[in-house]
Order: sequence, then C-alpha cells, then structure tokens
Amino acid sequence: MSAPSTTELSEVTRDDASLRRFLHGLPGVDQVGVEQRAAGLGTRSIKKASKLWAIDTAISMVDLTTLEGADTPGKVRTLAAKARRPDPEYAEVPHVGAVCVYPDMVATAVAGVGDSGVGVASVATAFPSGRSNRAVKLADTQLAVDAGAAEIDMVIDRGAFLSGRYGQVYDEIVAIKAACGSAHLKVILETGELATYDNVRRASWLALLAGGDFIKTSTGKVSPAATLPVTHVMLQAVRDWRDRTGQLRGVKPAGGIRNTKDAIRYLVAVHEVAGEEWLTPTLFRFGASSLLNDLLMQRRTQLEGHYSGPDYVTVD
Amino acid sequence: MSNWEYAPAPESRDIANLKPAYRMFVDGKFVEGSGEPLKTVNPATEEVLAEVSTASKADVDTAVKAARRAYDRVWGRMPGAERAKYIFRIARLVQERSRELAVLESLDNGKPIKESRDVDVPTAAAHFFYHAGWADKLGYAGFGPDPRPLGVAGQVIPWNFPLLMASWKIAPALACGNTVVLKPAETTPLTALVLAEICQQAELPPGVVNILPGAGDVGSELVNHAGVDKVAFTGSTEVGKLIQRSLAGSGKKMTMELGGKAANIVFDDAPLDQAVEGIVNGIFFNQGHVCCAGSRLLVQESIADELLEKLRTRVATLRVGDSLDKNTDVGAINSRAQLEKIQELAAAGEAEGAQRWTSPVPVPDKGFFFAPTVFSDVQQSMRIAREEIFGPVLSVLTFRTPDEAVAKANNTPYGLSAGIWTEKGSRILWAAQRMRAGVVWANTFNRFDPTAPFGGYQESGFGREGGRAGLEAYLDV
Repeated sequence: MSAPSTTELSEVTRDDASLRRFLHGLPGVDQVGVEQRAAGLGTRSIKKASKLWAIDTAISMVDLTTLEGADTPGKVRTLAAKARRPDPEYAEVPHVGAVCVYPDMVATAVAGVGDSGVGVASVATAFPSGRSNRAVKLADTQLAVDAGAAEIDMVIDRGAFLSGRYGQVYDEIVAIKAACGSAHLKVILETGELATYDNVRRASWLALLAGGDFIKTSTGKVSPAATLPVTHVMLQAVRDWRDRTGQLRGVKPAGGIRNTKDAIRYLVAVHEVAGEEWLTPTLFRFGASSLLNDLLMQRRTQLEGHYSGPDYVTVD
Repeated sequence: MSNWEYAPAPESRDIANLKPAYRMFVDGKFVEGSGEPLKTVNPATEEVLAEVSTASKADVDTAVKAARRAYDRVWGRMPGAERAKYIFRIARLVQERSRELAVLESLDNGKPIKESRDVDVPTAAAHFFYHAGWADKLGYAGFGPDPRPLGVAGQVIPWNFPLLMASWKIAPALACGNTVVLKPAETTPLTALVLAEICQQAELPPGVVNILPGAGDVGSELVNHAGVDKVAFTGSTEVGKLIQRSLAGSGKKMTMELGGKAANIVFDDAPLDQAVEGIVNGIFFNQGHVCCAGSRLLVQESIADELLEKLRTRVATLRVGDSLDKNTDVGAINSRAQLEKIQELAAAGEAEGAQRWTSPVPVPDKGFFFAPTVFSDVQQSMRIAREEIFGPVLSVLTFRTPDEAVAKANNTPYGLSAGIWTEKGSRILWAAQRMRAGVVWANTFNRFDPTAPFGGYQESGFGREGGRAGLEAYLDV
C-alpha cells in the first residue's frame, strides 16, 4: 500500500464500499506491541525544569469539564473563574485551554470566561450516547454554536460504526462540521466501546477524512475511557495524516486522567509518537476535571520544595 | 511549538557499591590471581572503574580441582531438592541486590540502565528461579528416570550480557548437579564477581561455583583443561571454531552459542507501527550487541518506502548517551576495539554502494558511542548483509514474494533467530516452518524467557540453553 494523495483520499469517501476498502486496508494494530510501547514510554523520567515546563503546558491543555445533570449556572461560573486563573497565588500560571459544558450552559460559560482567551467547548449531538436522529443532533449543535461555543465535542454513532455503516458515520461528521461554522470540531470516538485498536485506528481515520479538527477518545461516561495505548494509536493516525496531507489535526484524551504523573506520560507520548509540533493546546488537549488541581499542587511542590496538600488549591 | 528537553535523570552510581579492586573467586573464597591484573573501564566515560585480578594457568588448575572436589564430595551427590534450596536462595539474592547489580552492569558494560534494570537483572533472577524448580524433577524431564550430571563445566561468556549470560550458564549447570568454573569477558568481569559474592551469601558449598576473570588465554586454558567434562561457550563464531578444533576427539561435551545475522521479515500486511517498534528493538536493543539481533531487515517492496520513512522518524527519537540516565535508549559501545570494528564495517557498507542514514541525535564527545544507523539499498552480496556487525547498524533489503523472503532470510551462514511480521496467522506458520533459525519471533522481537530454548543452526552454534531442552546440555543422556 503506497500513501494515497489528498485527491485519492477524497475518492475513498465516495461510497460505503470504498470507505470500507480503505479503512480495512489500513495497517493493523498489534495489541501486544502497542501496549508494550506505551508502557515503555511511560517510564521516561521527567524532572526539574522539564517537569515544570510539562506541568505548565499540561495546564494550558486542560479542557476543564463539568458534565453533570446537576450542573447549575453557579457551578459553571466557578469553573470559568478557575479556568481563567487556575492558581490565584501564582499569576504566571497559564489559563486552561477551555471550559467544557453542556449546550444549555454555554452562554453562562461564555460570560464567565470573558475575554481571557479561554475557549468554551460544548458537548453536542445527543451526548453521551449519540442515540438520536440527525435533526436533533444538528439542532443540539446549533444551540451550542449560537450560544457562542468555540469548540464542539461531538460523539460518533458507535452503533453505525460497529455494524459497518461507515458512510453514515462519515456523513454525520461532515454535516455536524458544516453546522459548526467557525467552531472547532472534536470528534469523540468512545474508544471503550470500539473495543479493538484496529477499530480505533479506523474510526480515527474516518473522523479525519470527514474533517474533524480533533479526535477525542471518550465521553468520560464509559469505562475504559482514555488509555495510553489508545492515545498512541490516535497520535499515530494524526501523524500519518500529516505525512499524507500536510494538515495538522489534534488529539484529546478524555476521562480518567487524574494526576500529573499520568498527564506527563501522555505528553511524552505526544512528544515521541506524533512529534514535538503537537505539544501545544491547539493540537493537544486533556478532557479532565480533577487533573487541574493535581497539576497545581505539583507545580507548587516543584517551586516551593515541599508538598502543601489539597487545601492550598481551590475546590472548584 | 516547543523544544522539550528532558532533564537528565541519572541513577546514583553509589548504588553499585563499586570497589577499587576485585579478586577472583575460587573454592568459596576471593583470592588474588597470579595473572597480570586488568583494569576495567566504563565505556560511557572511559574512566577506569576497578582493578581486577586475573587467573594464571596454575589458578585454572586450582579452580578446576576445587570444582572437581566439590562435585565428588558434595554437589554431585546432593539430592535435587537440597540443591534447589541453594539455587532459589541465589535467585532471591539476585532480586534483593537487583538495583546494585543493574547499576554496576551499566557502569561496566555501557548499556542503558533501563535495560539492565528491566531486562538483564530480572531475566537473570528468572533463570535461577526456573532452574531451581527443575533440580528435583530431572527424572521427569524426559531423559530417563535418573539422569546424571556431567561433572565439571568450564564456561566462557561474552561481554554483551555479562550477568545474564553468567546466569544462563550457572543456573542449569547447578540444577543438574554439575559444578562450574566460569570465565567472564575481559571487559566486563564485575557483575559475575558480585554473583560470586551472592553464591557466598547463599552459603553455596565451596568449589561449586568458581569465577576466573581474564582474557582469551585463560578461557583457552580452562576449556582445554583435562579436568573439565563439559564446555559451554557463548561468543564469536571465530573463537567458537578455535575451541571446537582444539577439543575435537577429547570426548568433552560442548555447547556453542555463536554469532548471528538474523532476518526480520516484514510482509505488506504487517502492523506497521508495531513492526517499526520491533525493528528498533531488534537492532538497537543493547546497542545492537545481541547475537540474535535482527540486523537484516527484509521488507516487502510494496511497503518499503513507507516503512523506511516511519523507521527513520522513530529511530531519530532514540536518545543516545549516559548509560546511567534513565532516559537513555542507546548506551555506549562496550570497547574502543568494538567501536572501531563497527566503524570499519559501516564504511564498507558505504563503499559498496549502500545508502547510509545516521540518526541526527547528539552523541557525547567522550566515551565510545555510535549513532543509530540504517543502511538501505543493501544487496545480499554486500559485507553488511553477510557479516555480523554487532553494533547499532541495520541493513535493509527488500523482497517481492514470500518465497523470496524465505530464500533471502535463510541465505546466511548463521541461523540464531528470525522475525516475521504479518497480520495473517497462516503466513506466520508457513514462514516459521521454513526459517532455519533457532528462535522465530512472530510480531515481536528479542523476547527472552528461561522456559524457551535458545540456540542456533550452522555457524550460530549448537545445543540449546533454557527450557527442558537446555537441561540436556548438562546431563549425561
């Protein structure tokens, strides 16, 4: 298989059959191999200046998220304030990448972040199951975009994907991308439900072919959520996409990344699997809610030489 | 865009408990050898680590006699279950002192700490555990109800895996009831001497294990000694042939584990990203100082360009440098002589028309280092496709059909290992059956386990180490 050019890539999306041929023609993923590589890279020792850099970079990549039925405007405002200024005692701490909320909370979040530069992301398309018709998904997206969301996190139809209706998944991503207007589209693959690494690779390519700006592992509502090997496969996909088309697309692991150590392992993977140019919030994000506080605590530990504990950071 | 430099993360060298001088181990005691002492150096810094006493002809005789005494009086007649206790004790002590052994190994050999820590030492302990389990079950190994030991084993090991090779040799010999005189390589004697300390700590009866540092002359003296019943050698094909010539007709049992030029075959339906990992692990693991290294990459022509591009991108991320830094992927070449040999063969590759690509990674000024190198457009007739380089140098050849792949893979005087990469199970079985190699890995490379027999065909040697088959080499069957 030689690398198809961009025009060839547009050919493969012509119909279901050619999509299937293309996706099933991608090189397979060997489970043992990818898990071994992920474990091996996880042992990189990152300390001192290099750790401090990683912590700040990770903070700037966090999509601070609240996705609960119990979300209120008050909760969202608190989150937005934290996003703007994660550590009140250290002004130089960068703001996070975005706050991520349900569509009906977007307006509150937009007001909350103001002109700080923090983005507002919203999960649309019948999140998290994706079980609705396209009109509803489009309306959901429209709601979020109209309220001012700069980033839309959509879920793919895993049912359609698993039963091999790749064309349907593709068309839906294309339609949502169109509805996004200037907003960035993150495509959630829900890798925990795709079950195999081969499927993760195929879904990643499908999302990239359809124009997704980011590929994202999970909704955070399904276990397992993000894992290092899955993220490795997705990083390989965006790297291969760059090699074939010259375009840069992003990756967002979400769910289950709770501490600095884990976050640094992901950054090492970004650095060594995709490449250095992905080490920026425009191309890599963490979907997380509890990660930020651990990053802040570890940051203080690095600077102050001792660990102060959770009472020294805000509980937002 | 950023430029993320990892901070150096050196393991403390104090953990190695390095002593200024080491002495040889004979009859349960550390004694001064009467040979010319040697200095062992850290290949990553060229600094002298320690002075090591070496054996003379008379010392070899003393050690072999001590081993014979221990065999006749104690070890050879001890019940297997009793022997097992000692071997288990050694295994546990290797684990207990694993950090010390790993750091010392990296200092003396130049290999990255992450490999000595995660591969060498744990696998060495595993070999003692595994063989301890066999000691009282030899009657069930398929060699008759009561297989007997051979007597005194003279063992000579190389510098690429000093502790691991010592364990591969000592553990099965002891489990089967033999006693041992072992000569570690001239450039890497230290961990074998700490293993001797461990034998002492385990209260192994005196003379069961003897360790004689020294150069080739000591090895020659040992294998030719009339009191030795069995010779086990791991090292170069050249020396292996010398030993066989001098031992022919002596009636001594022999096993030889020699050089290799393994083929790593990548078919067009392979899991490419993992194949790249396997290729990297196959040739850059332990700086390519691996007799079963996958040094000949055979790629199906239809994917060759794509695979090579991925491979170069990946190899460029390998970090070369300080062997004690936990972030180092490729350490130092073991000696100046070896470095010069690698340089000479790489130059021959260029002169014969292969296309050379060298990783742009920074390499330290001091110490013996060689940046990972990939030769493409390599042809079967070139030296770099036929001779063992024993360094971080990969030769890439292409093939068009499965038959051609097998024919090229087998077209070598060696035959220690091979790799097959394909997502098609039937093709794995088809190719593995046709490969003339002692170990064939499918969709992986360089995996070691004490339960799996290891050994070669043709000029890669004979006899097996590890597994049930490995016991045969130390039993009178």
